[in-house]
Amino acid sequence: MTAPANSPRSTRPGPSARDTILSRVREALRLPAPPPHLKSIAAEEAAVPAAGQGHSGLSILPLEVARPWLPDGGDTPAERRAILVTNLEKLRAIVHQVPDLTAATELVFTLARERDWQRVAYHGHALVDPLLAGIPCATHRVDAPGVHSATAKSSLEACDAGISACEALVAQTGSILVSSATCGGRGLSIVPHVHLVVATPDQIVSTLGDALHEAQQRHAGRMPSMLSFITGPSRTGDIERILVLGAHGPKELIVILVG
Amino acid sequence: MATDTTTDSPASAHAVAAEQSPRGAKKRFLHDAAESVRDVDHRAFVRKALGGYYVTRDAQKARYGNWETARDAASLAKWSAVNRLDELLPRFADNFTANGGQLHWARDAEEAREIILGLVRAAKAKAIIKSKCMTSEEIHLNAALEQEGYGVVESDLGEFIQQLRGEPPYHFVFPCMHVRRGEISDLFSKHLGTAATDSPEELTMIARRHMRQLYVDADVGITGANFLVAETGQISITENEGNARLTAALPRVHIALAGIEKVVEHLDDLAVLLPILAAAGTGQPMTCYNTLYSGPARPGECDGPEEMHLVLLDNSRTAILADPEQRDSLHCIRCGACLNVCPIFKNVGGFTYGTTYQGPIGSVITPHLRGLADWNHLSGASSLCGACTDACPVRIDIHHHLLHNRRNAARTAPNRWEKLGHKLFVAVATRPWLFATGGALFRRSLSLLKWLKPPLLSAWLATRDLPAAPAASFRAQWASRQGGR
Repeated sequence: MTAPANSPRSTRPGPSARDTILSRVREALRLPAPPPHLKSIAAEEAAVPAAGQGHSGLSILPLEVARPWLPDGGDTPAERRAILVTNLEKLRAIVHQVPDLTAATELVFTLARERDWQRVAYHGHALVDPLLAGIPCATHRVDAPGVHSATAKSSLEACDAGISACEALVAQTGSILVSSATCGGRGLSIVPHVHLVVATPDQIVSTLGDALHEAQQRHAGRMPSMLSFITGPSRTGDIERILVLGAHGPKELIVILVG
Repeated sequence: MATDTTTDSPASAHAVAAEQSPRGAKKRFLHDAAESVRDVDHRAFVRKALGGYYVTRDAQKARYGNWETARDAASLAKWSAVNRLDELLPRFADNFTANGGQLHWARDAEEAREIILGLVRAAKAKAIIKSKCMTSEEIHLNAALEQEGYGVVESDLGEFIQQLRGEPPYHFVFPCMHVRRGEISDLFSKHLGTAATDSPEELTMIARRHMRQLYVDADVGITGANFLVAETGQISITENEGNARLTAALPRVHIALAGIEKVVEHLDDLAVLLPILAAAGTGQPMTCYNTLYSGPARPGECDGPEEMHLVLLDNSRTAILADPEQRDSLHCIRCGACLNVCPIFKNVGGFTYGTTYQGPIGSVITPHLRGLADWNHLSGASSLCGACTDACPVRIDIHHHLLHNRRNAARTAPNRWEKLGHKLFVAVATRPWLFATGGALFRRSLSLLKWLKPPLLSAWLATRDLPAAPAASFRAQWASRQGGR
């Protein structure tokens, strides 16, 4: 690897840190370690070679095998939707299920009025754009030209809510997957005090594994610089282990399922 | 930001002192443990804080189709990666670099500090915001940055409180679990000028408001990493507060620091590891934000840093790797479950250990990181009940490793008195007449021990009563029961 121009090179003489560490690793691994003491998985199921065979061709469990051991995410669309909504509500997210985009637009209008939002951030997206029509407050589009300036950060910080689409919703964990490429960058879903996600039921997947697979396929070989699973509003338990919502990220997470 | 570096806590001062002069580590441990055990209020407070953990964790375990098998899968994912680091580290490095990230290798803490200081200088940083990263505690990064005149603010609420207190974290997942809300209110009044409150919610909002502008102003954001995904070159960061998300979103430069053992092979592995980390660590289905980063902002993305750096740290991890017996301690995903269930941790508290990583897993790895001769006493800080091993989501054989460390210490530095004691015992036990005579003498002189306080027994007798000696030996009593049947 060639170090980029602004990378501080090690001033130490001798082999590079990379070479030293990798040779230490190779030396350390000359003695094989036994596999962990498994309680439930049969050795053949885990495809674990016996200790001492070296480590070529060692393979880990395919995710399909592990699926039934993990929390359930549902098999049919109806099951997945029901599990997702239950999990989101347990996480203290607010879920609205509306029949169409017109109803969603009315809902956003009402929310903005009730909560007295002064300014709302959003990104350009087929599901998001219609919601902004006639919203009774100022708007700030994060993917408009003029990024990376302190003013863009400050104007996002000044917004009461951020409205974004998502890439997937995970029934198993109640998570929402957003990416920097398709959901308005890194800041929109974390900086404003309220995060409002608009999604369609066909975006609901069963498990975290499914969501990761889909993301890998969708972005084939070129992942967005950020993929984030959001599981409920921001929270902390740092003071006497007592749960408080809205530590640094959004205090409220509102999910609107359209259709 | 100027932080008050004086500390109110002698125990935490000892934690710092222990590393500076390891020779006294054992003495300090014994002293602090005795102090902590006497502090009944503190113990009750810590127990109460951890009381809810069992409930929420068990509720999560119940959601699993099979928790034990899921643990097996998590354990295998880590085992498979740690035992192929030679192959997976270069693969991760190539993919991370291909994604546009800049990778730096650090053999030890000093080299890691030099690299990060170099990056901070190159960025001409005026303000640095940092999210929770135990590896940075391990290399004492903040002290190094402050010494060079850089202000660095810990954004995680618990770490922020500890930074203001001038203390290291008490627990590596719950840094300020030992601090009462009144103390936090006083602390905020003193440093931030806020009004007193006893509401955890209001205290959290004070920190939130304080931090907001700092995220916008900071030009460098420093984070840790929980997993490094070899096949995609992404790093995965787990958190609840959103502070790591903000730290990696707003500053112009993102620097992450991680140990080489954090590598996993597949993105799929996270489908097991992320939920199990949350369930075991805090009793959540998932922590609030689990984020994968691959490089700086891509063309077409509307925000994000211009540069992303990752510092990969060895710092004696390869020494643990070289020990096949204890290699699995590198599987650790730092969930903190072993601390939460440990009777020793609950009684002696986090600072007594004098280590970056407290509790059972810290007692296993610290002797490898800082030397067995000075840190073997931690192997004795265990009842060997095995609660840690049962709680470990990646099946590290923690309590047996404490025994392995004791054995290794005895091999490298035999205790002459212990050896002499064993020899004496063998000599007595193999001679029935001597055993009987010795026993009779001992029964008669038992009460004298209370007054004599011999050196080896005085610590034991200081807090315990001696039992009354029986009139006859066990063998005599046995024989009198008609042959013992």
